Amino acid sequence: MGATALACRECGRRYALDPIFVCEACFGPLEVQYDHGDLRGEALRTRILSGPASIWRYQDFLPVQRVPEWDLAPGYTPLLRAERLGRTLGLNNLYLKNDTRNPTWSFKDRVVACALAAVRTFDFTVVSCASTGNLANAVAAHAAKAGLRAVVFIPTGLERAKVVATSAYRPTLVEVEGTYDDVNRLCLEIGEEHRWAIANVNLRPYYSEGAKTLAFEVAEQLGWRAPDRVVVPVASGNMFVKIQKGFEEFQRLGVIPPHTVRMTAAQAEGCGPIATAYHAETDTVVPVIPSTVAKSLAIGNPADGPYVLDIARRTGGAVEAASDEETVDAIQLLAETEGLFTEPAGGVTIGVLRKLALAGAIGPEETVVAYITGIGLKALEAVESRLAEPVRIKPTLASFEERVLQLATA
Amino acid sequence: MAVRVRIPTPLRQLTNGARLIEVGGADLAQAIDELDRQFPGIRARIVDEQGEVLRFVNIFVNERDIRFLGGLRTPLADGAEVSIVPAMAGG
Repeated sequence: MGATALACRECGRRYALDPIFVCEACFGPLEVQYDHGDLRGEALRTRILSGPASIWRYQDFLPVQRVPEWDLAPGYTPLLRAERLGRTLGLNNLYLKNDTRNPTWSFKDRVVACALAAVRTFDFTVVSCASTGNLANAVAAHAAKAGLRAVVFIPTGLERAKVVATSAYRPTLVEVEGTYDDVNRLCLEIGEEHRWAIANVNLRPYYSEGAKTLAFEVAEQLGWRAPDRVVVPVASGNMFVKIQKGFEEFQRLGVIPPHTVRMTAAQAEGCGPIATAYHAETDTVVPVIPSTVAKSLAIGNPADGPYVLDIARRTGGAVEAASDEETVDAIQLLAETEGLFTEPAGGVTIGVLRKLALAGAIGPEETVVAYITGIGLKALEAVESRLAEPVRIKPTLASFEERVLQLATA
Repeated sequence: MAVRVRIPTPLRQLTNGARLIEVGGADLAQAIDELDRQFPGIRARIVDEQGEVLRFVNIFVNERDIRFLGGLRTPLADGAEVSIVPAMAGG
């Protein structure tokens, strides 16, 4: 294992690999540090290729060890060539990273697998999280597989399927009267007062490393090269930051050739504090109270906001927002052109991709990868009212000919 | 006005391990000043020289983010609960 220490992203102070997440000196976020020894380039690629078809093929770059009996084998999801959507948008090399193809149908399985492996290392018996839905679902499932108790905290008003799907694994599901930001604050306070393993709080440095695999896989699947641009949905910004870190790490260690990836962040207009700061050309992200159909992106106070701004600007990317209307349109556009049904976070991603493409902000020959992080099936409320009712006919040829025939040739 | 302040782990080394401190103060700025009188040096870990809250620190008064209230000028009623929390958000 290559992980050696934790270090503060802000002041550099180093710590042991403990279940801690914040710098004692400056409150900055802690990040895992690695020592890869002499392993570079071809040697690392060979090791990856000999690994399993899951995030664990990138074991050399992860801070925890795979626990075989706990493994739901997340990741290594399909990278789809999006020809029909690309043609619609004037993009000739568009790809979709389909993370709906995960054990609990969202990218959260990657980060939760890492958090659970950390739980094992630190010997906690209860695992917890603050979630807008997908994270709770993943924690409940992975905890069940591991035989650990799970207590997951969600705000009120989440999509029904996310609540039901999470409950199916029989965790303790706690619905907090408030927004996600309230739940997040509460879980921070719980972590301060009690010795609990909270995946996205005190296990955060280990948890968040799992998102680097979203970059690693794309690089591998493109034939060991980085794309020109990625479009990534942004709530806290943590995944966006880790995807960039993944591409940067692969380049630094010679796994792929140097190439700047234009990091493009997609936010919902109804919770777009980072997009607002980007357009205002400022560095300060002002918190908002979210109001958006994209509930999984409803984090009004994204702590990684400044990092997202910095990365988007210096890589020649962008931060853009999509309205609720554009989001739902984009869910339908993606489904109709590529046969992929995503939840609003994916709609925000495609909505922003569309906006930028139609504005001429993306070169037609750019290799672009849009990350589809969650499945539409868990957020039916977002599109239900927009969809046509089934055609109803009697079981007769006459009824068919009257009501259906023209539709097939329309 | 007596208010209770929740102290996060990184600052407990300054409060001799205490996690809940009672202070007086009509507003948050005054409460922080009072905290600093009791535990010298703690103010500098919460606000910068310009008197702005440090970037990675969030402060809540009765569970509400002070950025939606009056910032450091947020008035404090008797019995109010002030929570100082590292800025870490997101799943």
